Amino acid sequence: MSKKIQVSTTINGEPTDFLCEPNQSLLEVLRDGLNMTGSKEGCNNGNCGACSVLMDGRLVNSCLVLGAECEGAAITTIEGIATKDGLHPLQQKFLEHAALQCGICTPGFIVAAKALLDKNPHPTEHEVRYWLAGNLCRCTGYDKIIRAVLDVAGA
Amino acid sequence: MQNFEYLKPTTIEQAVAVLYREGDQAKPLSGGTDLIVQLREGRRSAKFVLDVKKIPELSQLTLNADGSVVIGAATPCHQIYGNAAIAAALPGLMDSCTLIGGTAIQGRASLGGNLCTASPAGDSIPSLIAHHAVCVIAGTGGWREVPVEAFCTAPGRNCLQRGEMLVSIKLPAMPAHSGGAYLRFIPRNEMDIAVASAGVTVTLDGDTITAARVAIGAVAPTPLLIDVAGAALVGRSIGDQDAIEACVAAAKAAAKPITDMRGTVEQRVHLVGVMVKRALAKAIERAQAKG
Repeated sequence: MSKKIQVSTTINGEPTDFLCEPNQSLLEVLRDGLNMTGSKEGCNNGNCGACSVLMDGRLVNSCLVLGAECEGAAITTIEGIATKDGLHPLQQKFLEHAALQCGICTPGFIVAAKALLDKNPHPTEHEVRYWLAGNLCRCTGYDKIIRAVLDVAGA
Repeated sequence: MQNFEYLKPTTIEQAVAVLYREGDQAKPLSGGTDLIVQLREGRRSAKFVLDVKKIPELSQLTLNADGSVVIGAATPCHQIYGNAAIAAALPGLMDSCTLIGGTAIQGRASLGGNLCTASPAGDSIPSLIAHHAVCVIAGTGGWREVPVEAFCTAPGRNCLQRGEMLVSIKLPAMPAHSGGAYLRFIPRNEMDIAVASAGVTVTLDGDTITAARVAIGAVAPTPLLIDVAGAALVGRSIGDQDAIEACVAAAKAAAKPITDMRGTVEQRVHLVGVMVKRALAKAIERAQAKG
């Protein structure tokens, strides 16, 4: 067992310190250490996007980030997307468009779509499809997801 | 994942000292999109992982007054294409940076990592070659520079010696009336590994091509610079079909692909010719648009 590393971060706006093994991914820290199980493990190799989080505002696969790399970073997970007043518009539109079935990919899609809309509030369908190319869904099919995102963007 | 010690050097000297002491049991970590997967799957082993992103030279992105560019080995793709001036200066490389993986991969993946992984299909490498890029390498024995076309030596292998680390990639300014492009063939629209690819840069004087550089990927153990393919275009008109066919033929002749799950030898040789032809047309179009 290696020596644990102490890491200071901000997660969903809350200052959060954690201890992790050098070989633990951010995804493992979130799920197993901090009991934030909204981010999902799909492929664990950067293909599926189910573990998508924002790191300093930038979309990343948390399975491909070491917990130790997060010192000083601001992390946003699916748990930080809704406000105390209610669901985020993306969450609301995913429900209205039935843009999910099993739901495993949904947190990743919502975090990734939020990253897009934060940067580009009115993307084209083409831009939405390319931006979300790293998020895989194996049951709904992508159309409803794309329609939900475009609805939020007012397209 | 296997156990290792996580180190965060802040200077090149600290990093190369560990790389020399530990040899191949020390691995530099930039974006981790290859290394973390390989460590997790047991395809590589390490006792020490060196997060090199806190070393300023490895995280730089510099556009010099003379138009040349220096990109830190660990600088992520999104930062490169997010810089409008650099994106405009290096059009072929921007094609590569915007199609490596999906958005989340581009948030972390670096050109240094793409080079050091040394995949025959690495999407940034033909573009870097076409743009005359040079690798800046630091070691316990001093510094050296290696042209990108000589950096990869075999699938998964590069020219770095014990105690050496890729620090940055230097790209000269493109002359006036120049353009570049990178294209790859994949069986879907996004998120796949190239079956064949080509990076091309050209410089024009009116309708005459005065310089051209052609590199191909995924059709040999390493990405290749094809000097004769570029030479076939120099001094010829942009509409000279004989010159274009000679360039394409030279690239196809240099291709030495294998048959695997992604394509056969015959398909890859054909495709690399198509990619060269289309990338050339796009590079010329961009050179003309720049005026």
